[in-house]
Amino acid sequence: MSTLLPIDILLIAACAWLAIGLAGLVAPGNTRFIAKTLFPLGALVGMLVGLVALGFLGESPETAVLVVGLPDLPFHLRLDNLTAVFAMLLGFTSVGISIYAAGYFRQGQGSAPGVLGLEYHVFLASMLLVLLADDAYAFMVAWESMALSSFLLVTTDHRHEEIRRAGFLYLLIAHVGAIAILLSFGVMTSGSGDYTFAGMRAQHLSPFWASAAYLLALVGFGAKAGLVPIHVWLPEAHPAAPSPVSAMMSGVMLKTAIYGLLRVSFDLLGSDLWWWGVVALAVGLVTALFGVLYSTVQNDMKRLLAYSSIENIGLIVVGIGLTLIFHAYRMEALAALAMTAVLYHCLAHAGFKSLLFLCTGSVLHATKERSLGKLGGLIHRMPWVAWLALAGVIASAGLPPLSGFVSEWLLLQSFLFSPGLPHPWLNMVVPVAAALVALVAALAGFAMVKFFGIIFLGQMREPALKDAHDAGTWEKVGLSWLALLTLLLGILPSTVISRIDAATHQLLGVGLADKLNEQGWWMLAPISPERASYEPLIFLVTIAATLLLGRWLVRRLYHGRVRRTAAWDCGYWFQGPRAQDTAEGFSQPIRRIFDVMFRLEMHLPTARDSKPYYSVKVEDHFWYWLYLPLARLVSAVSGLVTAVQGGRIAVYLLYSFLTLLGLLLVARP
Amino acid sequence: MSATISFSAQLINLFAALILLLAFAMLAQRRVMQLINLFAYQGLALCLSTLVVAVSTGQTHLYWSAGLTLLLKALLLPWILHRLVRRLQVKWDVESLINIPTTMLVGIGLVIVAFNVAHPISELSSTITRGTLAIALAVVMLAFLMMITRTKAIPQVVGFLAMENGLFLAATSATYGMPMVVELGIALDVLVGAIILGVFFFQIREQFDSLDIRHMERLKDN
Repeated sequence: MSTLLPIDILLIAACAWLAIGLAGLVAPGNTRFIAKTLFPLGALVGMLVGLVALGFLGESPETAVLVVGLPDLPFHLRLDNLTAVFAMLLGFTSVGISIYAAGYFRQGQGSAPGVLGLEYHVFLASMLLVLLADDAYAFMVAWESMALSSFLLVTTDHRHEEIRRAGFLYLLIAHVGAIAILLSFGVMTSGSGDYTFAGMRAQHLSPFWASAAYLLALVGFGAKAGLVPIHVWLPEAHPAAPSPVSAMMSGVMLKTAIYGLLRVSFDLLGSDLWWWGVVALAVGLVTALFGVLYSTVQNDMKRLLAYSSIENIGLIVVGIGLTLIFHAYRMEALAALAMTAVLYHCLAHAGFKSLLFLCTGSVLHATKERSLGKLGGLIHRMPWVAWLALAGVIASAGLPPLSGFVSEWLLLQSFLFSPGLPHPWLNMVVPVAAALVALVAALAGFAMVKFFGIIFLGQMREPALKDAHDAGTWEKVGLSWLALLTLLLGILPSTVISRIDAATHQLLGVGLADKLNEQGWWMLAPISPERASYEPLIFLVTIAATLLLGRWLVRRLYHGRVRRTAAWDCGYWFQGPRAQDTAEGFSQPIRRIFDVMFRLEMHLPTARDSKPYYSVKVEDHFWYWLYLPLARLVSAVSGLVTAVQGGRIAVYLLYSFLTLLGLLLVARP
Repeated sequence: MSATISFSAQLINLFAALILLLAFAMLAQRRVMQLINLFAYQGLALCLSTLVVAVSTGQTHLYWSAGLTLLLKALLLPWILHRLVRRLQVKWDVESLINIPTTMLVGIGLVIVAFNVAHPISELSSTITRGTLAIALAVVMLAFLMMITRTKAIPQVVGFLAMENGLFLAATSATYGMPMVVELGIALDVLVGAIILGVFFFQIREQFDSLDIRHMERLKDN
């Protein structure tokens, strides 16, 4: 027996997750055993996955063929650098989420804890298998297990009508996406019947069929990632799910779709056409802008984050589009830069978005409230959660020195070179897209200020919030781990990039690592130090020093004259907590400016109302433009079909009989 | 040598013709008890024809098939059905949607179609039983027709079982029977199907106070 290869360890890890899940069925009602024993074990396995994948980066690919599968159709697995980057993301993110979940799941939340644990760990294992799969069959099996287990997790609290609805919508769109992916794989085999990825790489498709495969993959993976207009499940399913599940779905599951898109467009499809990139760029931009605008006007904290996830996926797809464009014109160094931005943003988003979703879970447990309008001032009651959420918020807003800034900066850097594209339209239009990306980043900042400010700052809007308590130890550890990841990704960009560069190298043939190694680890200058560079540590030290200096100066100069009053009351003693800026009020300017983007249902009180009330409901245009007409069409068509369903068994039998007779007569030799 | 083969072939054809005749008789039969008896006779004829094929070709597994047929289709299933009828106390006349003479005429048309369709296949076949393929197909179609035209649940089940008889005959005549595993599987399926349908009879009667399946139109999803 030779030594264990990394791929074997990952496979054992997947089996371990499954075993942990099954172990929960021994005592499905025992919350203590499942939460305090099994979930931490799952976190250990996650750590193993992350470390093995991290250690693997830069090695040459390994393959394995499993004995399980259909006869003559075994599962093929392969571990290469692209897989390793995403497996690392899965492993490290799941550590934080699993530890947090150990403290989060309590008695009496819908499904029994054992069932929940099984679904959760099957979800983890199937995501790992999605990444490892090396043939379409294994991929689809893992992909569907992932969809199904996450559906069951979303509907954990299935007693509520709207949660069941959200779950159903999610399952529906997941299936539409899966069909598109399956068709895409079918096109890529081009009739050879060889469903392994190696077989697909060997095919040379004509541009038409390659484009068909690419577009199908974009639709299929886009449905899972939440690209407009197939994003509608996301803002429904994420708030419906328990917070660790939302974190896992938003942080990791959406990335498996990105992984699939990268795998298909750069690895499996050999050819590349420049307009593929333009399509991805356009879809990504629309998604990002749509997501960020809707996230600014949400009043439910988890919906806000869900729309923010849509925005981030949009930015990632913009990066993929840019990479495709540069790659098609053989500008490989720039393609590598954009690809690095994509991978980095995947890692960054996995960290900070799961952190934020988990924070909403703690707030939800402490206050039983998810509407922003009823929160406020929680930093006094929940300092741990508040400060850790601040890290996530800064990263999500794309501010230095945390992770979100690095990836968005890299993305904008690669945009700055797009005027050099040798195409008369692209070199003028793509830079405009950069402006939109900048707008998205700014609006993301706005949404995050709203999220943090309304929940944690100011005064408590409801008296009940006084009883809020901080998160428990498990939850604090989980949150701190994710915050640590966010911080490390923020201040050590060169180190991280030189590790994940192996994946860029694998897909594009070039990478950034050589350039980065010439410089020190503290500095990030992807093209050249003269052009643009970023030294996160120096930045961090400067900011910290300035803040400390400012504080010291204030203490020194204004000693004794500092007066404390209630926050956010503008200095007026007669204003209560309800007079603070509200969630609706804060985003009112955005609603006004981007009026056309929303479908608003507003009720304003008039002077004669006996019971005056104010309500504003923001709805998605796509429901009315796309989904409801589609639903009506399906309903009409199925109405035609019901004519066939008479309810008489004799008639049904006659149908089969006539079919049989017809076939016999037609198929006569 | 050739004389014995031709004699056994004649015997097989005789039994096949008997099966077809019984199928017509079932189509025309109005009484439930008689219908079940006819089904039992058909099973017996099927068993005998299989036995003749087994003797003349020396295919040992066909003996098993014949035994199975005898046990299941000539004895066990008719007994179950008889018991059901007694328990349910349904000795009424069978109502049919189309009157009997018309049904018979349609049946004759179907036999012609079956012979027409099966002719090219029998030409290709090299078995001594190839002539019976057309009959087997006709039996399947007649049984199907019976299921369509009857309104009560028990004749429908008998039709379903008779259809299986036709399929079995087709299998024996075209390829000297299916592999044993398949045959055992089908036999078990038929048995289980009959038992489940028996349970359903009680449920249907519970629900509608009648075994007339026309009542089930109400179950339609509107």
